[in-house]
Amino acid sequence: MDILITGLLLGGTYTLIAMGLNLQYGVARIMNLANGEMLVAGAFAAFWTYTAGQISPFLSILYVAPLAFAANWLIYRILLVPLIKRAKSQGQLESDSILATFGLGFAFVGIMVATFGAEYFSYDYLGTGIDFAGSVFALNRIIAFCAAVIICGLLYLWLNKSRPGIAVRAVAVNPNSASLVGINVSKVSALAFALGGAVTAVGGVLISTFLTLDASIGVLFTMKALIIVIMGGVGDVRGVIIAALILGLVETAVATLIDPGLTLAAAYLIFIIILLYRPQGLFGRPST
Amino acid sequence: MTPQETRNLVLSVILLGLAALLPLFDDGYWLSIGVTVLMYTVLATSWALFSGPTHYISLATAAFYGMGTLIVGFGIDTVPYSVLLLISVIVGAVAAALIGLATLRLSGVYFVIFTLGLAEMIRQVVSWLQNNLGGSRGMYVLTDLTDTHIYWELLAVVAAVFLVGWWIGRSRLGFSLRIIGNDEVVAAHCGINTARAKIILFMVSGMFASLTGALLAPRWTYIEPNLAFSPLLSFEVVIMALFGGVSRLWGPLVGVIPFTILLELIEANYPSQTILVMGIAFLLIVYLVPRGVVGRLEELIRKYRQGGK
Repeated sequence: MDILITGLLLGGTYTLIAMGLNLQYGVARIMNLANGEMLVAGAFAAFWTYTAGQISPFLSILYVAPLAFAANWLIYRILLVPLIKRAKSQGQLESDSILATFGLGFAFVGIMVATFGAEYFSYDYLGTGIDFAGSVFALNRIIAFCAAVIICGLLYLWLNKSRPGIAVRAVAVNPNSASLVGINVSKVSALAFALGGAVTAVGGVLISTFLTLDASIGVLFTMKALIIVIMGGVGDVRGVIIAALILGLVETAVATLIDPGLTLAAAYLIFIIILLYRPQGLFGRPST
Repeated sequence: MTPQETRNLVLSVILLGLAALLPLFDDGYWLSIGVTVLMYTVLATSWALFSGPTHYISLATAAFYGMGTLIVGFGIDTVPYSVLLLISVIVGAVAAALIGLATLRLSGVYFVIFTLGLAEMIRQVVSWLQNNLGGSRGMYVLTDLTDTHIYWELLAVVAAVFLVGWWIGRSRLGFSLRIIGNDEVVAAHCGINTARAKIILFMVSGMFASLTGALLAPRWTYIEPNLAFSPLLSFEVVIMALFGGVSRLWGPLVGVIPFTILLELIEANYPSQTILVMGIAFLLIVYLVPRGVVGRLEELIRKYRQGGK
C-alpha cells in the first residue's frame, strides 16, 4: 500500500515531465535531449526563490513557466530552425538535433555548475507528514502530485477544446496535411516546443520540493522521460499518463523492496520489455 | 592492390613505426599523453566504423570500456592476463549483439536512447552485486605492465582497427552499410538484411572498446565501478570522431589529437569546466563542421579544383 501510493505520487510528477518531452518530440519532431537540464533549471529557480526569499516554491511556477517558455521558444527559433531547414531527411534531422541538444544540455550543466557549484541541493518545505490509509506521507509530495494533476488536466483540456490546441494535435498527426488546412506548421511547432519546455521546467519546480538534485542529474530525468514517452507512444497523452504511473510504481517498488540504487536498472528493464514486445507504445498500433 | 593502396599501406606502416619509437624518447608526461591519444584513437575509430556509415549515434562506448576494465579487475588474481583480454573481447561482442538485437531492428532513436543510460545502468547493477554478494567495491590490478607496454599494446590494436576498417570498407558488408546509411528502405529492398549488417558492425565496435578497457586496466591499479564507467567517455569519443570526420578511416584521428590535448589542459587547469567545453564542442560541430574537419577540407579541395579549371 505504501509503495502503491508513493509510486503513484511520484508517477504524477513524471507525467508532467514526460508531457513536456512529448510535446517537443511528438509535435515539433525534435528529440530534445536537453530536456532534463530544463527541469534542473526549474528546480534551481525554485530552490533559489525559497532559500533567498522564503517564498513558496509553488509560487515560483508563476515566473518559471513564462521564462522557460520564452527560453525554449528562442532555442527553437535560433538553434533548431536552421537544422530543420538544412536537413534532407528525417533521419538527418534526428541525428543533428540529438547532437545539438546534447551540446545545449552539456553547456547548460556547465553554466549551472559554474554559477551554483556541483553540490547536491535540497530544501525543506512542507516536509510534515500526514496520515493517509494508515501510513504517513509527506505533504510536499501530495501537493506536488495535485499540482501535476491540475496542470495535466489544463493541458489536456487546452489540447482538446481550444483552437490552437487542436492545431497542435493536427501537426502531431501529420505536418503536411496540417499545412494543407491552413495551419502555420512552423509557428505551431515553435509553440509546442516552447510549451513543452515550460511544462518540463514546472515539473522541475515540483520535483525539487521532495527530491535532492544536483546540476548534472538532468540526463537521468531525460532518460526517464524518454522511456515514458516511448512506452506511452509518441503523441499519445493517455498512454503517457499510464506509462508515467507505471514507471513511478516500478521505481518505488524496486527502491523499497530491493535497493534504491537500482532505479535506473528498473527503468531499463521496462524499456527492454517495451522494445521487444510493444515498440509502438502501449496503445499504439503497429506501423505498416 | 592498386598503386594507391600500396602507397597508403607503406605510409601507414612508416607512421606506425615512427609512433612505436615514442617510449624510447620519453617515459613520463609525453608517454602518458601518447597512451591517452592511442586509447581515444582506437575508441573513436572503431566508433566511426559503425556510426559513420549508418549515422546511428552510439553512446555505449563507456559501457563496453567499463566492462573490459571490470573483467580484468575481477579476474586478475586468478586468470592469466592474456585470457582476460580474450574474455573481454568476447563479452564486448556478445553484449553488443544483445543490445543490437533489442534496438537495431527499430529506428535509430531507440538505439541512441538505449545506449545513453547504458553505462550508468551497468554501473548500478555491478555496484549492487558487489554490495550484496560480499567483497569490497574496489579491486586492485597489480601487474608489472608499465605505460610503455600499454602503449605498444594499444598501438598494435590501432593497427588492427585500421586493418579491419579497411577490410570492411571494401567488403560486401561495408557496401551494404553505406546503402543503409543513405536510405534504409532502399537497402531493405535491395535484399540486404539491414538488422544483421548493423549488428555485426556494432559488435566489431563493441569488441574494440571492451578490449581497450581491458588493456588500460593495469594503468589504474585500483578499479571501482564509478571509475570504470565514466559516463563522459562516450561523449568525448563522439565529439572526437565527428570533429575529425567520419567520411575517411583516418578522419577520427584528426579529431583525437587536438581534443586529447585540449581535455588534458582543461582537466589540469579548470577541472569543473570540462562539461561546458564539451557542450560548446558539440554545438560547434553541428553548426560549423557538420561533416568534420576532413569532410570540410575535401569540400574545399573539390571547390578549388573546379575553380582552377
